[in-house]
Amino acid sequence: MTTSRRLRMGTAALAAAGVLAFTACSGGESETDPGGGTDAGEVSGEGIDDGTTLTMWTRAPLERQAVNAVEAYNSSHENQVELEILPNDDVEGRVGAAAQTDALPDLLAGDVVRIPYWTSQGIFQDLSEQIQGLDTLDDLQVGHIDAGTIDGAQHTLPFVTDISVMVWNKDLYEQAGLDPEAGPTTIAEFTEHAEAVAGLGTDGVAGSYLSGQSGGALVFTLLPSIWASGDEPLSEDGTSANLDSGSALEVYEAYRGLAETENGLGAGSQQETGATWTAPFQEGNVGVMPYPYTAVTGLFETADFEIGVGPIPGVDGGESTFLGGDAIGISSDSENAPQAWNFMQWLMSEDAQQEVFADNNDTAANLAVLESGYEGADPRTAIANATVEHGRTPVAVHFNEAFNAAGSPWQLLIQDAVWGDASTISSHNEAINTILAQ
Amino acid sequence: MAVMADTDERQVVPHRRSRWSRTDTLRGWAFLAPALALVVFFFIVPVGLVVYMSATDWTLFGGFTAMNFPQNFVDIASDPMFAKSLEFTLKYTVLTTVILMPLAFFLALLVQEARQWNKFLRTAILLPSALGIASSSLLFYALYSPQVGPLNPILDSLGLMDAQQTILGTADGALWATVVLVVWRFTGYFMLLTLIGVQAIPGDIYEAANLDGAGRLRKLRSITLPMLKPTIAMTMILSVTGSLLAFDQFFILTKGGPNNETLTTVLLIYKYAFETKKDLGMAAALSVVVLLALVIINVLQLRALGVGRSEEK
Repeated sequence: MTTSRRLRMGTAALAAAGVLAFTACSGGESETDPGGGTDAGEVSGEGIDDGTTLTMWTRAPLERQAVNAVEAYNSSHENQVELEILPNDDVEGRVGAAAQTDALPDLLAGDVVRIPYWTSQGIFQDLSEQIQGLDTLDDLQVGHIDAGTIDGAQHTLPFVTDISVMVWNKDLYEQAGLDPEAGPTTIAEFTEHAEAVAGLGTDGVAGSYLSGQSGGALVFTLLPSIWASGDEPLSEDGTSANLDSGSALEVYEAYRGLAETENGLGAGSQQETGATWTAPFQEGNVGVMPYPYTAVTGLFETADFEIGVGPIPGVDGGESTFLGGDAIGISSDSENAPQAWNFMQWLMSEDAQQEVFADNNDTAANLAVLESGYEGADPRTAIANATVEHGRTPVAVHFNEAFNAAGSPWQLLIQDAVWGDASTISSHNEAINTILAQ
Repeated sequence: MAVMADTDERQVVPHRRSRWSRTDTLRGWAFLAPALALVVFFFIVPVGLVVYMSATDWTLFGGFTAMNFPQNFVDIASDPMFAKSLEFTLKYTVLTTVILMPLAFFLALLVQEARQWNKFLRTAILLPSALGIASSSLLFYALYSPQVGPLNPILDSLGLMDAQQTILGTADGALWATVVLVVWRFTGYFMLLTLIGVQAIPGDIYEAANLDGAGRLRKLRSITLPMLKPTIAMTMILSVTGSLLAFDQFFILTKGGPNNETLTTVLLIYKYAFETKKDLGMAAALSVVVLLALVIINVLQLRALGVGRSEEK
């Protein structure tokens, strides 16, 4: 058969299939409900605990906390939650496919920076009434609730809270002649401490470390310094960015200075994709750096060096943290909304927060528990918990595309600001604006 | 289908033609039906669906909302990533093809000529082809890893790079690391294809050439290469098409990084669909663009090699 005849036949068949597909799609289209989300009107108070089996999805990095929560609920309730853990990279694909086939689980937890987009796409049910009726509402950290709030309608509650803190290696501080009990309280002090450790000239030991190729780790570690300086990297509605403000530039400049110093930034910082960014500090090779608190609690016992923990400072002082982790909501496909709400309202109670999070040295979402629930815990946990109050969650519908995605304009901005041509920062900021504003 | 029916009719005796041709046609269709159904459902319908989706506003979470042709194509054209991914994909395709094909040809001749280690050589060269591309990518990911891989210390001791650097961390490093993987994985397969072509050349042509006093090079230039033309055309199309559609190896090794320096077009389709835009319409539109580009490139290749013409005769 000749190429041209094959082509002609192919085109005809394509056209026929196209018509088929068109009819098939326009038939099913009326059933989907983009942007809306159904109303869970009948849910209220404590919901229903009648022995229903609930399905729930969460992502692998927070598996330990999710399993703790589900086991505690299942052992004390008639309802039983079946937990499925999704690999971090598969989450968007799985949720997207399930959303199109009306196969979402009853309870869906997701990375809090993805929540605004999911909510805008109608993935969650409107829970405003139930959330307003919670006894514990005033005590909950608001970042994860704000993330799921669209046009005043609330859809999500905090599930697992993961915060960023400044950590330093007390042993290296001593060797460098620094006070091991005093971490940095300004960006200038941070640079000073890092340079002192770098100056030790020990093989493989660096002043600080940065995850240069991971947009997610970079917002987690750098945005708190900008917030603490009193600047707003994102507009309130999340449609524009201000990442070339004075304090932002000073933060980048501090890291640029370290990158130009010998041993200032750990080798591999520029190429670090986030897969191993917590390892160098863990191995005792980094002086001081912003770090995920969930990754440091385990180190208190196991590391063969002493660890200091403090809040992440701004340019001239102040403190803040990135309220990361996962928020949770009831999916628009759930037919068991009252039962699912039973799980959510239970998780918000002080008892549950104590049992699931505080007793495991994890960060609770309930501020009252944060204050009183950690007696006997490591004193550094109290320092970390105190930062939650000043913590922030950036909320933008297109946050993932602008910041977290591999090769995002934010990643390119940091690459240029720290290692490349710093004059391009404003044009990268413009690229972020274009994405956020779409 | 039409071709088949025509041939059948010609074989039938003229006066019984009308009765026989109808049953024969039906029987023909019946024999064809299973294959046809498979082709329709697993090839034509999906392609048709993709073409349709490329003309719609179809997001990952929201599903179909409205027709919006040609918005998706306009969006793609205005995305700076598109030009960048095209440039990289072409660069990668040229690199792999230029390295892979002569290497496979050389190995085929070597294996053909070798007397002693023939079986061992064939197996050794062909073995990587038994591994899936995803598994081999994971294997190489471990090899390239500065934490667990053996390559960093080796390169460091040779003075080629600092042990703390990551091989996949620079644009050139990531590109060459992937090219090495792909050449390792596919050379054996292409060698096998070439070998079949080489063995199909009748021995008496070489005997005649020997009698005429032709040397090795002369035989290679005047007999082997011309007779291998269809094989070379096929392997080249396989190599070019495969490289233009490169996804797995980059998805596993580099995710398009560092800083989008190894972003192939198919990886960009994936990113449109699941990572950045979450827009299946845009992803479908880019798929259509890639499909059309592939058809055009393949037709041009066939023409350039003169394969289409010789087969029509």
